Amino acid sequence: MKIGTVRSSLGAALLFGWVQSVHAEMALNLQTPQTALGHTIYGLHTLILIICLIIFVLVFGAMFYAIWKHRKSVGHKAAHFHENTTVEIIWTIIPFFILIGMAVPATKTLLAERDTSVPDMTIKVTGYQWKWHYDYLQDGVSFYSTLATPRDQIENLAPKGENYLLEVDNPVVVPIGKKVRVIVTAGDVLHAWFVPALYVKQDAVPGFIRDTWFKVESPGVYRGQCAELCGKEHGFMPIVVKAVSEEDYKQWVAEQKSKQGATAAAPVQVAAADTAAKSDAASAKVDGKATYQQICQVCHAAALMGAPKPGDKAAWAPRIAQGLPTLHEHANKGIRSMPAKGGNPSLSDDQVNAAVDYMVSLAK
Amino acid sequence: MEAVHDHAHGHGHDDHAHGPEYSGIKRWVTTTNHKDIGTLYLWFAFTMFLVGGVMALVIRAELFQPGLQVVRPEVFNQMTTLHGLIMVFGAIMPAFVGFANWQIPMMIGAPDMAFPRMNNWSFWLLPFAGALLVLSLFVPGGGAGVGWTLYPPLAIQMGMGMDLTIFAVHILGMSSIMGSINIITTILNMRAPGMTLMRMPMFVWTWLITAYLLIAVMPVLAGAVTMLLTDRHLDTHFFNAAGGGDPVLFQHIFWFFGHPEVYIIAIPAFGVISQVIPAFSRKPLFGYASMVYATASIAVLSFLVWAHHMYTTGIPLQAQLYFMFATMLIAVPTGVKVFNWIATMWKGSLSFETPMLFALGFLFLFTLGGFTGLVLAIVPVDVQLHDTYYVVAHFHYVMVAGALFSAFAGIYFWLPKWIGKMYNETLGKWHFWLSFFFFNLTFFVQHFLGLAGMPRRIPDYALQFADFNKISSIGAFGFGLSQLLFLYIVIKAITSGEKAPQKPWEGADSLEWTALPTPVPYHTFETPPVIR
Repeated sequence: MKIGTVRSSLGAALLFGWVQSVHAEMALNLQTPQTALGHTIYGLHTLILIICLIIFVLVFGAMFYAIWKHRKSVGHKAAHFHENTTVEIIWTIIPFFILIGMAVPATKTLLAERDTSVPDMTIKVTGYQWKWHYDYLQDGVSFYSTLATPRDQIENLAPKGENYLLEVDNPVVVPIGKKVRVIVTAGDVLHAWFVPALYVKQDAVPGFIRDTWFKVESPGVYRGQCAELCGKEHGFMPIVVKAVSEEDYKQWVAEQKSKQGATAAAPVQVAAADTAAKSDAASAKVDGKATYQQICQVCHAAALMGAPKPGDKAAWAPRIAQGLPTLHEHANKGIRSMPAKGGNPSLSDDQVNAAVDYMVSLAK
Repeated sequence: MEAVHDHAHGHGHDDHAHGPEYSGIKRWVTTTNHKDIGTLYLWFAFTMFLVGGVMALVIRAELFQPGLQVVRPEVFNQMTTLHGLIMVFGAIMPAFVGFANWQIPMMIGAPDMAFPRMNNWSFWLLPFAGALLVLSLFVPGGGAGVGWTLYPPLAIQMGMGMDLTIFAVHILGMSSIMGSINIITTILNMRAPGMTLMRMPMFVWTWLITAYLLIAVMPVLAGAVTMLLTDRHLDTHFFNAAGGGDPVLFQHIFWFFGHPEVYIIAIPAFGVISQVIPAFSRKPLFGYASMVYATASIAVLSFLVWAHHMYTTGIPLQAQLYFMFATMLIAVPTGVKVFNWIATMWKGSLSFETPMLFALGFLFLFTLGGFTGLVLAIVPVDVQLHDTYYVVAHFHYVMVAGALFSAFAGIYFWLPKWIGKMYNETLGKWHFWLSFFFFNLTFFVQHFLGLAGMPRRIPDYALQFADFNKISSIGAFGFGLSQLLFLYIVIKAITSGEKAPQKPWEGADSLEWTALPTPVPYHTFETPPVIR
């Protein structure tokens, strides 16, 4: 990755005479693949690009030759031919063969890309406005993954970190050398799960399950983003995949399980948020803490988009000063970055109010 | 109505030099004259081009550096949506309908369009549709922030701005369908004696084919947005899985319209280029018949490739294979056209006035956009590049360097005929070179951004994308400002241009140059010319 970056940056700097800023890298090509399939796709792109470049040079070589030699200003007199059946047939047939030459490797690659059979493990990915939920179907681990970049950096109030907008609170951890099948769906609108270095992109369609797969070759952190417009925070729901050795992966699973075990003591599991949107509001218990854990904490616990973190007295004081009824109203109707009812219209007003009360109680 | 001079009406007027019946605003509101309506279309298109251009500059200003500086993310999304809709439906399509109105009757020796009053209505629907689109930004909840593709379920979540957008699309569709009926009827029924179909100028052929495309697909788009409307307000669940629908269904319907739409924009552009290149090569168009067949095959193929916009939605492997092969096939007739244009130039006697410069700019950059299209046709590569800036770069090479450059070529080419005065050649060349340079500065670097993995439609981006975005934004402002030069050139030509001869371009050979004086009179070909 580094060598490619340096080389391409040099090329760009030469091209534009541009002085590079500290963080930016002017990559000119696809990201360095981290999977075997990625290498194949990278090679396929290079092949097509080279074929196109050759045709481009030949065709426009002819055009520029005509521009240079057949100008009126050098006294060239116009010929009057206007058709030539042989030539026309030739230049209709030749492209067919070139296209077949492209189609064969493309088809082979596509067949490999679509083969999601016999995975070593399966992760269910669900896109929400505006976060990802991951569910490790075999290992029983599940969690939300949200943007970790502080709002201050986005609003230009603090210097931007190295992984600005491409960092999350909980990365997806996968073992290297294992075929990971990713089944993708969404809870509200279309999203797309896209990790460039893994050569994986799959639209997340609410109500439908799609799948794709990858097998990472070497340990590392690979960053991507939602690739399908999903509303105002579309640009702020990144994906981070951390590939580790199998031992490290097992250790990570164990840690996650003990963490979730602790959470399971609470009335409702975090994972239940999956079904929260569909739950019948009338039958749900008015339990502020439960609602907080299902819905609100996704943003508030991580203080995302300026959401006040429970227990952060400085953030809550001015809000508490507005009085509970005002806070209730804001939470139900939405304010600034916060959607109405935290984006879950199935919640009753009372449930939202109870969750607000719970958070306020933590800040007092 | 005095502008109707068809056979049924007879030749009641002795004074052939008379002008419009009314003057001032009433002339333009009531006009049924194809030249007036062509002018209206072109000025409307240019106005919308500036409106959509300002939106593009808002987008590029926000993307000048990382972080949120200029607009909020929701406003950013509204800008990308309306920029797309306004440029496609408000600027490029009306511009080419403007050319059709001006040129088709003159090129086939007809006195006017077949349905002059419907022609008036086709145009006067447009300002209302355009106003609805712009107004949608100012209603509660703002405009539709869903991208010009209007994908549900996001489109279901939007406020009333979405409804205004849907109605605007309906109105634009009506206008296009009526315009197309008019164009087809004119071409099929009103050609002068001897003007057989295979003698028509290429521009007329391209519009005949385009008009059929429009009639075929605009109702499909109207259906798609109507289903959105009922999903939004009448709980129909066409696109909601919970009610038995499917969000991806919308994409199938939309792109069944959307892909032919790409050719609705590109084919009239091919027509303009096919007039300009022979004129400045002083040599007839090479392979006229194969041009006609190639254009028709592109039109037919355009109905069979829609799902190449949907490779990542999870369509079956078999569908991906079919759509990949069908899409690659389009390269063949497109290649034939490019080869024919270059063969037209070959051994010609070339000169490089502004229309020719724009035509060559078109040829060079449109072909580049065609090659990136071929790259994107390859499914495994497209999966990586779909919804990234590579796609943004690709379709701007096709739409801006393709359609817009060809529209500029057409304006510089025919303006002397229309207004009887020449534009300033030096300034025209400046306009071309500035546009060419800044266009590439804006969009070439976006290929690199897309390859590196920058998604489209994001208001803020990671730091590794910063430098190319900065370059792209500088290019966009340069490109935008260059278009003010174009406005100046046109106004200067109208107010104080030198008088143009009947045929300012040595190699031009269609009827408007050979049979009509400059400037063209208000009414032309009241007696049909006889073509040898």
